Amino acid sequence: MLTIAERRRSIGAGLTVLAAVILFVGTAVLTLLAWDGEQSASRLFTAYTWSILRFTLLQAALSTLLSIALAIPVALALARRPRFAGRAWILRLMALPMGLPALVGALGLLGVWGRQGILNGWLTAAGLEQPVSVYGLSGILLAHTFFNIPLAVRLLLAVLERLPAEYWLLSASLGMKPVSIFRFVEWPALARVVPGVAGLIFMLCATSFTLVLVLGGGPAATTLEVAIYQALRFDFDPPRAIALAFLQIAVTAVVIGLIAFLPAATDTVRTAGRKMLRLDGRSATSRIWDSLIIAAAVIFVAAPLVSVLAAGLRADLWKLVTGPRFIQAATTSLVIAVTAGVVAVAASLAIITARQAIRDRRQPNPAERLLSTSLAGTSSLVLVIPPIILGTGWFLVLRQFGNVASFAPYLVAVINALMALPFAVRVLEPALQDHRQQTARLAAALGIRGAAKWRLIDLPVLTRPLLTALSFAMALSLGDLGAVALFGSSDLVTLPWLVYSTLSSYRTNDADGLALILGAVCLALTILGTAGDKENRNA
Amino acid sequence: MHDGIVLDKVALKLGTVDFHFDCRIEPGAITAVAGPSGAGKSTLLNLVAGFERPQSGRIFIAGHEQTASHPSERPVSVVFQDHNLFAHLDIFTNVALGISPSMKLSSADKDRIEIALTRVGLAGFGKRMPGSLSGGEKQRAAFARALLRNKPVLLLDEPFASLDADLRLQMSDLLIELHRETANTIVMVSHDQAEIQRLADHILLMERGRIA
Repeated sequence: MLTIAERRRSIGAGLTVLAAVILFVGTAVLTLLAWDGEQSASRLFTAYTWSILRFTLLQAALSTLLSIALAIPVALALARRPRFAGRAWILRLMALPMGLPALVGALGLLGVWGRQGILNGWLTAAGLEQPVSVYGLSGILLAHTFFNIPLAVRLLLAVLERLPAEYWLLSASLGMKPVSIFRFVEWPALARVVPGVAGLIFMLCATSFTLVLVLGGGPAATTLEVAIYQALRFDFDPPRAIALAFLQIAVTAVVIGLIAFLPAATDTVRTAGRKMLRLDGRSATSRIWDSLIIAAAVIFVAAPLVSVLAAGLRADLWKLVTGPRFIQAATTSLVIAVTAGVVAVAASLAIITARQAIRDRRQPNPAERLLSTSLAGTSSLVLVIPPIILGTGWFLVLRQFGNVASFAPYLVAVINALMALPFAVRVLEPALQDHRQQTARLAAALGIRGAAKWRLIDLPVLTRPLLTALSFAMALSLGDLGAVALFGSSDLVTLPWLVYSTLSSYRTNDADGLALILGAVCLALTILGTAGDKENRNA
Repeated sequence: MHDGIVLDKVALKLGTVDFHFDCRIEPGAITAVAGPSGAGKSTLLNLVAGFERPQSGRIFIAGHEQTASHPSERPVSVVFQDHNLFAHLDIFTNVALGISPSMKLSSADKDRIEIALTRVGLAGFGKRMPGSLSGGEKQRAAFARALLRNKPVLLLDEPFASLDADLRLQMSDLLIELHRETANTIVMVSHDQAEIQRLADHILLMERGRIA
């Protein structure tokens, strides 16, 4: 349905993006490979790297286990109560941590669970001497569950709500007790997706950087990502960083490979328009249990957010935002975020339209099929090669050309764009697919092409998904500490870096104020992005 | 006391629609509930099954008041148009849940299940998953479960609507056979005039939330 020129243009754009990504990622990885290979290889399996690897996997496994185990009762309770006052707000609350910068979340957690936090305040008031410590493994687990329980709850709840309404009527009619309903209806449904959800959470926890950096305590509680950062930033020991980087790539590649093999969640039939009716769980014990579970989840997720808000408001916000340091950091962050967002969205568009152009041909030749597959893989390449490794590689490349700091902003923007790519593709692909299905034949029949097609047919429909993708990408970039951590200096200060360095210099009051501003901006962008999203309208 | 189903001035408001039912349904007969979409056919069935509770009025089934009882306490089996089987459980388990909702089965129970499956033409299907069965076979399995439960009332919500014409005839025959064997009271929502003519002893015509 495309003219030859249109197809050529689409495939050409796709090829350009593919080449650019391969060049950028390839340079980083090849540099690491070529750098003093022997010394790095000999450092691959030392007692030190083993202990880091072991801890990385251990904390990720425990975080995953805790997140899933605690999310299941919450999802069951929410599914059992399809309507109660405030349910929609609870689901919105569960979506917030995903849009919150990790650093801001960490500050909120410290505000609740930290040494000077609310909880220890109560314990001390109650006469208990020993404060709860949130540094080290317990802190990392706390932070990972804070970010991933809500994610798991939403994913698992979606599965339960997709079950046919007749299932609940039947189980009531057959007289199934809660245990039987769990055994024969709820658990079989959850069990199909739990491996996939667990894989996703394990991946997020195995590559989490900021939370471990802020809450991990010393060498005993360090993950690969943070160890790479410390090797470069503090000890300047590239061979050690490189050895760790390869362990990290191996871990992520294995995990992603395993996730790909896991059975995908089958899409069960949606019962259109039929409202859910749950007749189980009408007993008093069941009501009390569900209320307690839901209340505990709400408090667990909301308390750190409230703490960020309360602590932030105590700071002199006006003085902060008018200070030269803030204005400089905000400007830098904004420029980087806009650049990263625009690059990510443009690259996603090129990837998607090139794949559509190839799919458009009845019999694509092997080269075209290869291109289509490579483009599909491109967007998730950054999942295998984490930002910190791209940063390490490019750090070593650019060091040969003088002061790394002068290249750093561009580098951070490109790395942020790559990080946002999988999300942007996921937002845009279905929208472009629908749009094409609805308009391609008609536009071709009427001969509408080029700029006119873009202006009259595409833009009016695609503005919203494009803005959604852009705001997601910008929020991700604005809140990111991972890419900037290697390069942050007095020459390159982004908002998260400013929060982190303010925190490190023990000006906690200022850090709280800055964290509030950063968190509010990122959440506003995420909420703006999802405002018109059909899937999230009821959420 | 009436042995069938009595809806005594039952009223219910769902959304903006007021429903009002006042009727008697004959025991041991097949009663078809007909009428345009949204007239309240399924709501009538849901009230008898216990999936909806009336805001006023009383419901009697087989001589006992059931206005506020839980669906599992009512002498009723239900067959929907679709999703009568849990897709992740095999046919044997799906049918067995009709006898014991916690799957505590004696060997006599297991024999009864096999007999019921044979009775509806599904001998040897116990280990199969619902996904591998045709639409007609799935409904047969649902009937096997209803047969085992042996409740005096069987509620059918357009049970044959997703089957083709030939299969509908076969399933109607099976339904009549089972009905003659058990002499149960059947209430069936249907859109199909020919089916109503063929099966029903009585017809309840619904219109805008009321019995016309």
